[in-house]
Amino acid sequence: MQRTTMDLWVGIFVIAGIGALLVLAFKVGNLGTYSAADSYVVTGSFENIGGLKVRAPVKSAGVVVGRVTDIQFSTDTFDAQVIMSIDRRYQFPKDTFASILTSGLIGEQYIGLAAGGDEAVLKSGDKIMKTNSALVLEEMIGRFLFNKASEGDGKEKADAD
Amino acid sequence: MPRRIVIGIRGVGHRVIDSIWRLGYASRFFLLTILKSGTGLRRFRLIIREVYFTGVLSLIIILVSGLFVGMVLGLQGYETLQRYGAESAVGTMVALSLLRELGPVVAALLFASRAGSAITAEIGLMKATEQLAAMELMAVDPIARVVAPRFWAGVISMPLLAALFSAIGVFGGYLVAVVLIGVDEGSFWSQMQDAVDFRYDIVNGVIKTCVFGVAVTAIAVFEGYDASPTAEGVSGATTRTVVTSSLAILGLDFVLTSFMFRGMS
Repeated sequence: MQRTTMDLWVGIFVIAGIGALLVLAFKVGNLGTYSAADSYVVTGSFENIGGLKVRAPVKSAGVVVGRVTDIQFSTDTFDAQVIMSIDRRYQFPKDTFASILTSGLIGEQYIGLAAGGDEAVLKSGDKIMKTNSALVLEEMIGRFLFNKASEGDGKEKADAD
Repeated sequence: MPRRIVIGIRGVGHRVIDSIWRLGYASRFFLLTILKSGTGLRRFRLIIREVYFTGVLSLIIILVSGLFVGMVLGLQGYETLQRYGAESAVGTMVALSLLRELGPVVAALLFASRAGSAITAEIGLMKATEQLAAMELMAVDPIARVVAPRFWAGVISMPLLAALFSAIGVFGGYLVAVVLIGVDEGSFWSQMQDAVDFRYDIVNGVIKTCVFGVAVTAIAVFEGYDASPTAEGVSGATTRTVVTSSLAILGLDFVLTSFMFRGMS
């Protein structure tokens, strides 16, 4: 095999391999859409996070604006501290409302941000004051059954009178 | 009767000592290869030549298998996901399974049987025809001249081949899911980009392929260098290369996966 032909093929191979890596990073992965370098970190404390996981998306009006980077349990207040990094392009008012929502009926859980009306914006390290916990299905069913039962009780009492 | 028991126990001990000795020999050979790779790295042309034989000539089988693996993943993923009305997640499924597991593992298995066996056979035949001994007589170190360039060529080629495998696999999944079946193109790509994380999925996959590349080529060059210099010896060494490196890939993959993807998702 000619030396130059071999060099050409090896060159094509190496460039194609690196190109494949770049395609994977930008087209398949999230490097093109979201970069962690340009973001700020805010914390929110939730009474119950349900099935929220690290790396879950943070959305506002359905648009992904950031990601959950860490979840911790605080023994001072006995609630969950959710740390999320939000893209620096998106600024939110200080009184932004954060709630844990579910995409679809059995989909994964994410944090929804609803902007408030404050003039000041959230800065890195700030804490979101208004939060809404995840809906836990068991609790909802339990409450529903409890309500039904007490309704039935009331009826029986009315009949007896 | 006790005599036979003693012989049996002795046989077990002999085998254990033998395999430990071989493991030590292989580790020392591996260290020696790395220590003596200075010559090969200075004469980079030697490595380029070997990248051609291990990398470029493996391209066809890697690309064709990647395409078909991706297409099958697309078909099977669609079959299952459409029952739950989640057929737009087929892109996520194809990309994640390729990047995390199938890309690195299947590409490494193909690489072991396509390039690893060739390396072993070449070095073993060099030994059988006394070319390695002739080099030593001419004061040329066979480890620096023959073994090290092949080792580094394998280590360079493996991640590139696996990246090509995964990329063309995703393309195969796209062909089946979007072009053939008609899943919505926008949600195919956007759900994929939503779920695939660069640091967590892609970088971990690349780390896996680098480890596999080192393991496969180290086993291949050692088996070739260690082969008994006969026709049977070379054929046995080639078989051992494929078997040992396939087992090493699967075992290492489990260890790496349990470290990388533990308790997070």
